[in-house]
Amino acid sequence: MAAVVSFTRTTIGKKMLMAVSGAIGYGFVIAHMAGNFHAFEGREEFNAYAEGLRTIGQPFVPHTGLLWVVRIVLLVAVITHVWMAIDLSRRDLASRPVKYAKKDTVQSSFATKTLRYGGTAIFLFLVYHLMHLTLGNAHSNFIPNDPYHNLVSGFQNPISVAVYLVAMAALGMHLYHGVWSMFQSLGLNSRRTDLFFRRLAQASGILLFIGFSIVPISVLLGIVK
Amino acid sequence: MKLTLNVWRQKGPNDSGHFETYHTDKVLPEMSFLEMLDVVNQDLIAEGKEPIAFDHDCREGICGTCGMMINGVPHGRQIAGTPTTTCQLHMRFFKDGDTITIEPWRAKAFPVLKDLVVDRSAFDHIIQSGGYISVPTGAAPDGNAIPVPKPKADYAFDAAACIGCGACVAACPNASAMLFTGAKVAHLAALPQGQAERYDRVLRMVDTHDAEGFGGCTNFAECEAVCPKGISIDVIAQMNRDLFWANLTRSQPKAKKESH
Ligand code: HEM
Ligand code: FES
Repeated sequence: MAAVVSFTRTTIGKKMLMAVSGAIGYGFVIAHMAGNFHAFEGREEFNAYAEGLRTIGQPFVPHTGLLWVVRIVLLVAVITHVWMAIDLSRRDLASRPVKYAKKDTVQSSFATKTLRYGGTAIFLFLVYHLMHLTLGNAHSNFIPNDPYHNLVSGFQNPISVAVYLVAMAALGMHLYHGVWSMFQSLGLNSRRTDLFFRRLAQASGILLFIGFSIVPISVLLGIVK
Repeated sequence: MKLTLNVWRQKGPNDSGHFETYHTDKVLPEMSFLEMLDVVNQDLIAEGKEPIAFDHDCREGICGTCGMMINGVPHGRQIAGTPTTTCQLHMRFFKDGDTITIEPWRAKAFPVLKDLVVDRSAFDHIIQSGGYISVPTGAAPDGNAIPVPKPKADYAFDAAACIGCGACVAACPNASAMLFTGAKVAHLAALPQGQAERYDRVLRMVDTHDAEGFGGCTNFAECEAVCPKGISIDVIAQMNRDLFWANLTRSQPKAKKESH
């Protein structure tokens, strides 16, 4: 425990906690995106998949048991990630009290420079998304335990689809830099692996954006109904 | 060449400072950036005004004394198109009629002393906290007595090329000195002589880095782009790796509380 706490002593240690919590999020979004594709198989399959998430491990664990374990891990990861982001960002902004009158950059990308704004957008979206498709209080026609219905009726609204697409663009951009950054922060990167991790991050960002966007767009176009 | 310069003028550490505009038409393309400032200063002296203060020493790109923000980038890196120091940036990279904005490095840990001169003692404190190896005194050891594999020697040499100019801090959006600190950690971590103190060194140097008021690294990699010696952020990954093991395996030094 003392060893874990020791990570919060330094800016590098805090960044490692961000990287590990970000890695948990990265694994989660890949699995989530893959799961969403069940929408193309129709109502029965999609709802069976959703129910399956609740019955994994039975009869050894209770109904929704493992789902709650995953939810708690994700919650701890989100809290750690956002907490460290705020803590580090406040320190970073304070380390240059007098700003430059003129400041230019040589090589940092748009995705890199917008990490804080994109992260904030993702956080706001996370709240909306849970209220929309999990809890239903941001949904005009929510039926508990019928996720397929909630998905299809929810995405009839073009504004809702637009919010999802913007948020997924923010997520894609976040990971376009973040996945490489995670390896660098943890000290797992080197000159030999740098290009590979850069390309992995870029591919992850683009593929996650496309993969997540396909479902809402397909619903709006009537391909999934 | 005709140039317009917007230069940061600040009488001393407690002055709030301001920009002043100067015009000159005596600049030749062969001049270095510092020689251009010398010419402007001669005119200021002739007019009985205070010349622009800036740091310089070797004027051949090896000492790390010079350094200023030139149009928003340390050492005018974006204008030269290649890693350079301010003293090695030549006026041929500018066009007749250009306007150039010149500012000091800006960081909480680098207070401005006068005009373009900043106090970089924080770098010395980082080095003093661990950027060395302890050797018992006695006769100098034979240079070849300790074999070092060639790739390790090259890697250590690349990291050791740091001249401490501070461009990495100046370019970083967080005014972080991780490239400077990482260069020394990686240099000594690659060599057999550095092993004995390796994990205590990284803890102490990173602690001092943070205590001096530098920001954290957010992996923008602007530092490596402006480093006159082309030091790669590889050294930061090496430092992170060593700090990770140090965190897991070492008892932590007492937190530094003294203020500088
Ligand atoms: C699904 C959600 C998210 C995922 C998968 C994710 C993933 C990541 C990853 C992998 C990194 C790189 C870590 C590193 O550089 O070591 C990162 C960095 C960052 N994230 Fe997130 N993140 C998410 C949500 C958020 C949220 C909600 C915020 C909130 C404000 C945020 C703010 C940041 C910031 C500021 C950084 C840069 C940290 C730094 O460079 O110091 N992220 N993220
Ligand atoms: S004056 Fe020595 S490096 Fe520029």
